[in-house]
Amino acid sequence: MTNLVEVRNLRIEATTDAGRVVEIIKGVSLDIADGEIVALIGESGSGKTTIALSLMGYARPGCRITGGEINVNGKNMAALAEKQRAKLRGTDIAYVPQSAAASFNPSSTIMEQVIEVTRIHGLMPPEQARKRAVELFRALSLPDPEGIGARYPHQVSGGQLQRLSAAMALIGNPKLMIFDEPTTALDVTTQIDVLKAFKSVMRAGGIAGVYVSHDLAVVAQIADRIVVLKGGEMQEAGTTAQILSAAQHPYTRELLAAFEPKPRQADADADAGTKPLLRIDNVTAGYGSLRADGLPLVRAVNSVSLVVEKGRNLGVIGESGCGKSTLARVIAGIHPAAAGDIVFDGRQLERAAGKRSQDQLREMQIVFQYADTALNPAKPVEDIISRPLAFYHQLDRQARSKRVDELLDMVRLPRTLRYRRPSELSGGQKQRVNFARALAAGPKLIICDEITSALDTVVAAAVIELLKELQRELGLSYIFISHDLSVVEAICDEIMVMYNGERVEQITPDRLKAPIHPYSKLLFSSVPKLDPTWLDGLVRDPELVSQYGHR
Amino acid sequence: MTMARVAASQRSLLGHSYNLVGVVASLVILAWTLIAIFAPTIIPHSIGDIVDDDYFGPMRQGLWLGSDYLGRDMLSRVLMGARYTVGISLASVCIACFSGVVLGMIAAVTGGWLDTCLSRFLDAMNSIPSKLFGLVVVAAVGSSIPALILTLAVIYIPGAYRFARALAVNINTMDFMTVARVRGESTAYLIGSEILPNIMRPVLADFGLRFVFIVLLLSGLSFLGLGLQPPLADWGALVRENIGGLPFAAPAVIVPSLAIASLTISVNLLIDNLPQKIRDRDA
Repeated sequence: MTNLVEVRNLRIEATTDAGRVVEIIKGVSLDIADGEIVALIGESGSGKTTIALSLMGYARPGCRITGGEINVNGKNMAALAEKQRAKLRGTDIAYVPQSAAASFNPSSTIMEQVIEVTRIHGLMPPEQARKRAVELFRALSLPDPEGIGARYPHQVSGGQLQRLSAAMALIGNPKLMIFDEPTTALDVTTQIDVLKAFKSVMRAGGIAGVYVSHDLAVVAQIADRIVVLKGGEMQEAGTTAQILSAAQHPYTRELLAAFEPKPRQADADADAGTKPLLRIDNVTAGYGSLRADGLPLVRAVNSVSLVVEKGRNLGVIGESGCGKSTLARVIAGIHPAAAGDIVFDGRQLERAAGKRSQDQLREMQIVFQYADTALNPAKPVEDIISRPLAFYHQLDRQARSKRVDELLDMVRLPRTLRYRRPSELSGGQKQRVNFARALAAGPKLIICDEITSALDTVVAAAVIELLKELQRELGLSYIFISHDLSVVEAICDEIMVMYNGERVEQITPDRLKAPIHPYSKLLFSSVPKLDPTWLDGLVRDPELVSQYGHR
Repeated sequence: MTMARVAASQRSLLGHSYNLVGVVASLVILAWTLIAIFAPTIIPHSIGDIVDDDYFGPMRQGLWLGSDYLGRDMLSRVLMGARYTVGISLASVCIACFSGVVLGMIAAVTGGWLDTCLSRFLDAMNSIPSKLFGLVVVAAVGSSIPALILTLAVIYIPGAYRFARALAVNINTMDFMTVARVRGESTAYLIGSEILPNIMRPVLADFGLRFVFIVLLLSGLSFLGLGLQPPLADWGALVRENIGGLPFAAPAVIVPSLAIASLTISVNLLIDNLPQKIRDRDA
């Protein structure tokens, strides 16, 4: 046995509730040497997480490992009894989940949970475990390594929690760490700290790793080798440099292409941009009780002004908590502003949606980030899309049905999908249905609140292309809210940078290289690049980081 | 690639999968419902007729379930009892769940003072012990079938309200509710079309559970003599009037108890094993 991990011809099956057997993993083989980090990349549903979990001998409920060998450190995880597997988990193999926030128990302290592994396996006395945990906190460059263990999970930030869950995994001295999209939920500025911390501890300890992600740029920073998966089969494998420079498989090329800057359409109708569609002036909104001056206690949006011109797109970018989503809700009237004016299509809008006229509501549609919660799970797609048709346009049944077909065509979904429920669609399909519903109203302005951030790179790129096409056909305007600069860059004519509830800068995509405001500088420089040396070579102004970074 | 593999206890029909326990339970419920409907035509003796020379007679030919404390035919009385037990309970549970669920959803969607007032009022109602409440009402307006139905319904409205409100509050925070609100939809559409389909299954389960509670409460009230008045008798009343047969192991006291048990347990088993709609991605 030469490699730490040797997976041979792995097969995993699942049974649907109709009793049909579906093969999820169709004969995958891979090797991981000691101290090597291998990235599994692929779109959602490609089986990357399933493979990663199978390395611990674990298959999610409903799934079974039906064939092949999974040799980890000389033991075949697929053949071991559950009790023996449990012994290896946490000691030989450790797992860092995607959402650290959901994986910590909110009712006990962080230290308690980090050293739990040593208690379960009886690895060391609690005193020693605590000391070791503090060392790990320091190695992961967490602030206040001595004191952070006494806090509860809600008292630390998302990026810190993610590093703490890595500490939890590292405390049993594993030979293999499994990272399941650990930075997907983080802001770019935070992601850098987490990636740097991961990389340094893995390198220092000579630990082998499996890094599951759909973000090629992140993977390029941390992985030695990359395995590309699609539909439960291995498409391509090679060293990071090979994959990045000489990808063979079409899917890998597609992934890489999603990173290339798209040629922007030259302003097709130059005169379209002259008429303002939406103007907001000094809008302030927030949460909490109103104070004497009529403004709320916590101001999430602080005196922001913006203009969206007809047929043009405005991007709003900033980290989580900067008020960009609140701004979207204020414009849509979901969260009424405390002060300021909203003028839409030449008319002053009421602050609350309930007081706006039906036509005003129809002309401004909002599309939410999570299509999962934005689509009623109990209704078939056809009902979801046809409701605005019945509500705003009073179409009869036949006309509605015809229009639903047209709308499905418009968003490039097969017509047969209309009978499905949202839970039977993929993430990208759901987001298209979500968008089709907004289109059904016949709007002039669509507010897109992070609509691509739950999608993987290739799907997101396809959705963006779709939005551009629809804009050309229907003359729509978008307000595009995102924390992902590349997405905003691809579609917007103007980009507004928000920080802490305020507008700090507004620039056009062609001047992105030279932002003026320091926060914009930090934000733009934090976007991962495909170059594998980018992270190591990245030098950030420490003053900027301490001022604007949330560590 | 696909191969149909059907587990032994799961059967499928019309795109739903059933399991054996659910089927048996629904057959028992169906049987009791049919008996409730056709009782007057199938009973061998009139419920008031004294047909046995002895009281607490054993099971024998002609008197299949023995006789009660006055020597009346127990089979006839149990069959007619089904009518009152199932009928009254069903009527009250329908009223209770319908009002409770509708009010609960309205409170969740509207929020604000309406929610507060409704919740506090129904909490106050909830704090009155149910048997005591029944006692007071019967003492005040006397015991009649409509009064019984309404009393039982009122007792169980707060529970149904709380349950539905808790479910609806969760649904209410979903983005599709926000989308519907921003579209300008009315409260009626929000509760009927957006919320109700999502809480239907737990509400049905709650409906079944509440039906069981009402059967038991009705039996309890009848046992105390506050329910149906003689010679009419529901199952609870049958247990009470024949309680003297307990030392003789008379079927007259055991049979109505078994009837109550079979109905309530079946309803419970059915709601735990409701047919599952098969939804398959590629089917």
